[in-house]
Amino acid sequence: MASDTSKLENRQTLKKLVFIAILMFGFGYALVPLYKKICEVTGVYSLTKPDEVVNTQVDESRSIVLEFDANSRNETGWEIIPLENRKTVHPGELVQVTFKLTNPTATTFEAQAIPSYGPKEAGQYVKKLECFCFTQQKINANETRDFPVVLVIDPELPKDVTTVTLSYTMFEIEVKSTTENRQASLRERQS
Amino acid sequence: MEAVHDHDHHQPAGLMRYVTTTNHKDIGSMYLWFSFVMFLMGGVMALVIRAELFQPGLQVVQPEFFNQMTTLHGLIMVFGAIMPAFVGFANWQIPMMIGAPDMAFPRMNNWSFWLLPPAGILLAGSLLAPGGAGGVGWTLYAPLTVQQGMGMDMMIFSIHILGMSSIMGSINIVTTILNLRAPGMTMMKMPLFVWTWLITAYLLIAAMPVLAGAVTMTLTDRHFGTHFFNAAGGGDPVMYQHIFWFFGHPEVYIIAIPAFGVISEVIPTFSRKPLFGYASMVYATASIAILSFLVWAHHMYTVGMPVEAQLYYMFATMLIAVPTGVKVFNWIATMWKGSMSFETPMLFAQGFLFLFTIGGFTGLVLALTPVDIQLHDGYYVVAHFHYVMVAGALFAAFAGVYYWLPKWIGRMYDERLGKIHFWLSIIFFNVTFFVQHFLGLAGMPRRIPDYALQFADWNMVSSIGAFGFGFSQIFFLYILLKAIKSGEKAPEKPWDGATTLEWTHLPTPAPYHSFETPPNLKD
Ligand code: HEM
Ligand SMILES: [Cu+2]
Repeated sequence: MASDTSKLENRQTLKKLVFIAILMFGFGYALVPLYKKICEVTGVYSLTKPDEVVNTQVDESRSIVLEFDANSRNETGWEIIPLENRKTVHPGELVQVTFKLTNPTATTFEAQAIPSYGPKEAGQYVKKLECFCFTQQKINANETRDFPVVLVIDPELPKDVTTVTLSYTMFEIEVKSTTENRQASLRERQS
Repeated sequence: MEAVHDHDHHQPAGLMRYVTTTNHKDIGSMYLWFSFVMFLMGGVMALVIRAELFQPGLQVVQPEFFNQMTTLHGLIMVFGAIMPAFVGFANWQIPMMIGAPDMAFPRMNNWSFWLLPPAGILLAGSLLAPGGAGGVGWTLYAPLTVQQGMGMDMMIFSIHILGMSSIMGSINIVTTILNLRAPGMTMMKMPLFVWTWLITAYLLIAAMPVLAGAVTMTLTDRHFGTHFFNAAGGGDPVMYQHIFWFFGHPEVYIIAIPAFGVISEVIPTFSRKPLFGYASMVYATASIAILSFLVWAHHMYTVGMPVEAQLYYMFATMLIAVPTGVKVFNWIATMWKGSMSFETPMLFAQGFLFLFTIGGFTGLVLALTPVDIQLHDGYYVVAHFHYVMVAGALFAAFAGVYYWLPKWIGRMYDERLGKIHFWLSIIFFNVTFFVQHFLGLAGMPRRIPDYALQFADWNMVSSIGAFGFGFSQIFFLYILLKAIKSGEKAPEKPWDGATTLEWTHLPTPAPYHSFETPPNLKD
């Protein structure tokens, strides 16, 4: 059968190949920071950063219907609603809208709002200057709070878009015992 | 035949022989049988899917169960049926084709195989977990995977084990090919099947760990409070897709390249001519393998990529068609003016050539970003990948089984029945899948248990084809069992055009231990 030298050779090949496999497992994880970095550099990943507005020329000749929407996820028990459902605005005009969050439970939450847009492609033309989605929010037990959002619709918005929807989803930042907390507070609320 | 000795290795009899075996032929057979069992299991799941889709509305199963069926069908066919089948071929054939006595690490080889049954049981057993298996699709996209029951954890562990088995198998294959070739068997004299496996094994070693990483991240997101993909904690589900497809696109070539290898042995044999453009075949295969790591986001045109990225992925993907075209050209040129005969292996090779090329063309159609945005996640995609994976990889596996069966068991299959199996398979395959192109173009989405009325007719046709295809494979099992039990004794060299070592230097059937002293192939 295989001689000693070829056994040694085999073992060396084995070591190299195992090394490649381990390296690639690490590479899978390295893709995570790499991905974030690429998104940052190319500006794809700007959900939670204020936008810079360069052109604030108000385009009076066009009107856009802005619709607002908000939801909460993970059966948290909170409610979040926009104080206005829609607004007609001109591109370039400074728009302010308020979202109201109510936490009827006896628990404090950390939450993060994630914006999304309809049509999706319109997102890049919605320039948010101030938003509660830029940071994580701590919401106290039984608290009601108003969150202002300030934004400008970029006049570059393609001409065929007449309605833009801005929707927030409020996610609970999960802590280890959230599920139990949540269930306890829901039980409390029901009783 | 001086290479053959009669050895009396003392080995346990019966079942224990297979548990403890380190013989590449035993292990190859076990891989092939395992793969066939998984193939039938995945096939039954496909028939559950097609039974539900026979008519619009919900008749047979509930939507949750339907989703579990599509998920398990995909995972079982890819990781349980196709991949182990080709590892089975590798085990049987590579040592015999390069003049080696066995695989480089026989004991690890035993482990690679015996990891598979527990993984298969875990995968199929996830159906019995509370809440059932994960109903997330074989791509296991987050954040849906984060919201599933414990069946999902069983699937993740199963993928870990399957991945480990593949990596160990691949390390064994690379080491065998690099270090155990007979004197005179230079790299550029290796049969193309061996070359394709060398390249595939490297792909596996590079790609499987990335999948292992992706499912591990899913697991820690589920249970250990990490937020890789969970948007709530600042994670990003789209990132999952990037990591998955970084593995996923090479994976489709992990499935396709060994199939190319089998076809590259069968076509020259039955054309009685050497393979046309051997060196260009090697380079084409290697360039497909390298390119396959650079095109993954063509599965993600709809996630909202910048247009520059879409353009890059579109052109890079279309570039793969060039080396693939070289291969198809070479196969056709091999047959050109050859003295061809059409025994069953050659029929399946022809079926492969014809249908895989159609699958390649629909791939090119899907590579076009604006077209794909329309067709994505629809039945056109389903048709595309079944042309490349069923008519491609599976037909190549059938060709390989018919081609090497006489060498493995020393008996011939029934040629008439083999031909019937081919015609049943190719007809029912097309009845099932060709019509899915129409459904996809008309807008039918995939992974749904119910559909709009205008899709009813072609779905009924497709379901009829699927049941026909399924029963044709039971017929294949019958052909195999008949050959094993009562097949005619195979002549020493049933295929006069065969030129590789297992046919020229070893008796039929191949002895349990072959090439204990390597053949000398110098000059
Ligand atoms: C010329 C070669 C090929 C090209 C240009 C190509 C292109 C594509 C594209 C663009 C998609 C994405 C479609 C979509 O999801 O909207 C796709 C999907 C797919 N392809 Fe290919 N492909 C090729 C060959 C192959 C081969 C050889 C295989 C496997 C043996 C394969 C297996 C698959 C699978 C499994 C999917 C679907 C994945 C899923 O979403 O579940 N393809 N192909
Ligand atoms: Cu791909």
